[in-house]
Amino acid sequence: MTDLTELGVAAIREGVAQGSFSAVEVAEAFNANVAAAQAALNAFIVPTPEKALDAARAVDADRAAGKALGKLAGVPIGMKDLFATRGIQTTAASHILEGFTPEYESTVSQKLWDAGAGMLGKLNLDQFAMGSSNETSYFGNVVSPWKRKDGGNAALAPGGSSGGSSAAVSARLCPAATGTDTGGSIRQPAAFTGISGIKPTYGRCSRWGIVAFASSLDQAGPMARDVRDCAIMLEAMAGFDPKDATSLDLPVPAWEAGLSGDLKGKRVGIPREYRLDGMDGEVAASWDQGIAWLKDAGAEVVDISLPHTKYALPTYYIIAPAEASSNLARYDGVRYGLRELPSGAGLQDMYAATRAAGFGAEVKRRILIGTYVLSAGFYDAYYTQAQKVRTLIARDFKEAWAHCDVILAPTTPSAAFALGEKSADPLEMYLNDVFSVPASLAGLPAMSVPAGLSGEGLPLGLQIIGKPFDEQGVLNAGLAIEQRAGFVAKPERWW
Amino acid sequence: MSVDTATVAKIASLARLKLGEDEIAAMVPELNGILAWVEQLGEVDVTGVEPMTAVIENTLRLRTDEIDADPLTGGGKRDDVLANAPAAEHGFFGVPKVIE
Repeated sequence: MTDLTELGVAAIREGVAQGSFSAVEVAEAFNANVAAAQAALNAFIVPTPEKALDAARAVDADRAAGKALGKLAGVPIGMKDLFATRGIQTTAASHILEGFTPEYESTVSQKLWDAGAGMLGKLNLDQFAMGSSNETSYFGNVVSPWKRKDGGNAALAPGGSSGGSSAAVSARLCPAATGTDTGGSIRQPAAFTGISGIKPTYGRCSRWGIVAFASSLDQAGPMARDVRDCAIMLEAMAGFDPKDATSLDLPVPAWEAGLSGDLKGKRVGIPREYRLDGMDGEVAASWDQGIAWLKDAGAEVVDISLPHTKYALPTYYIIAPAEASSNLARYDGVRYGLRELPSGAGLQDMYAATRAAGFGAEVKRRILIGTYVLSAGFYDAYYTQAQKVRTLIARDFKEAWAHCDVILAPTTPSAAFALGEKSADPLEMYLNDVFSVPASLAGLPAMSVPAGLSGEGLPLGLQIIGKPFDEQGVLNAGLAIEQRAGFVAKPERWW
Repeated sequence: MSVDTATVAKIASLARLKLGEDEIAAMVPELNGILAWVEQLGEVDVTGVEPMTAVIENTLRLRTDEIDADPLTGGGKRDDVLANAPAAEHGFFGVPKVIE
């Protein structure tokens, strides 16, 4: 019998619908992989094998009764622990929310359950989604299933913040997972682990029930092994939600049915500002290969300019901490989560002691930066200036769309780095998001697909950025690359 | 602009983060490194540019004036709201004494 954990979303859905295997068999197979990898990879904060089995039993019963099955019937998935899940601890990988058990379900997770998916567990992440290596989680680092081919045994970063999601999908602990992307948190970990992931247009997926980091940037999206599986997941996750004021009131397109790797008549923009001085040679080569693949798919390649690219990262590192400092003010030890009450302490002391004990170092750093740039006397110089530059960054893209339909760029400046390699210097870690942040600031759909392996045997990703609402164009260009890259590499099981 | 220990202590107090002297001392160079780096935005000519307010144009909508239109966000949820409180008493959030 085939190893069910080698199957992706589409194959599982089809096999369950046709009766080739049962949903319970699928859930059991993935539950076993989750349990076997937990000690080594630490991808999950809380595995929920019973939730996966319950959903699978319901699907099998529906099928036996001849009822119509949902889009994700029988597919067990991993849920980033940033989505509120009713009755299951939801922590954002923080101590301050340890033990928090929501009384409600996030819109995106509810939509996935309604489509027939089951939950294998809550996935580890960088604390409050702040990080690029999954080293800021209160519940320990996630370790990438990938190893360098250098004979060493260095533990590598799975990327962040959706590092549990990327590690779990690439290690075959789940066929797909949810992620969230604020400045690259779906695309960068997908690139580091040789999987696909898409951040849709800002507003496509409801933010209701997702622990907030930077609300003008946060978007949910899927991470899976291929483009089709991403399209299936995204269709289930997206859609208008009156409970999110920024939710787009638009119908959800049939992205899966619209998939086509034929790019005749499409123009692909290559932004010259992304070709950085001292760029990693393998990353540059993989980008050139991607250009050749898209030409082969029938696309016309054009040079474009996004002049404010170099200002995207500093803009992001004002706006995201500013919004975070405001959003995280809610953690006060009064309504939910941790409370630290030193003896004799008053209310103000309790707030400060609770937040000191409950937040990790990176979260505190960003709260302090955010508080500073929003404080009286500095607001205009930092925050207002950043929002003006953000307007210019978005305008660069708008002008580029006169010349092209999608943009091709690398996802990350390098392959995965080792755990501990960049954690000493926050600025060096921030620079890892150089290619992913501009699309976030402009609210654009963007995805990463695997392009090949580096000389060290580690995955490299290519990024496609699209026009607002044009997830289809992004997915199709991703598919064209996927069809030509023939990427089948997967981590050797050492855990 | 750069920050010193007094400024970091002041920001930490505004953010209600209790930091020890060691933590404040460690934060000073880190924050200064980040602030010096973001200050390159000052060189961008933003004459006549409006600050971004919405990344994707969207209209703000009003919900219909209907009680409990969505039961999830309607009323009658007192016990759910209090379920995760560190100290819930008599249907309220309990806090340390605030009035002498």
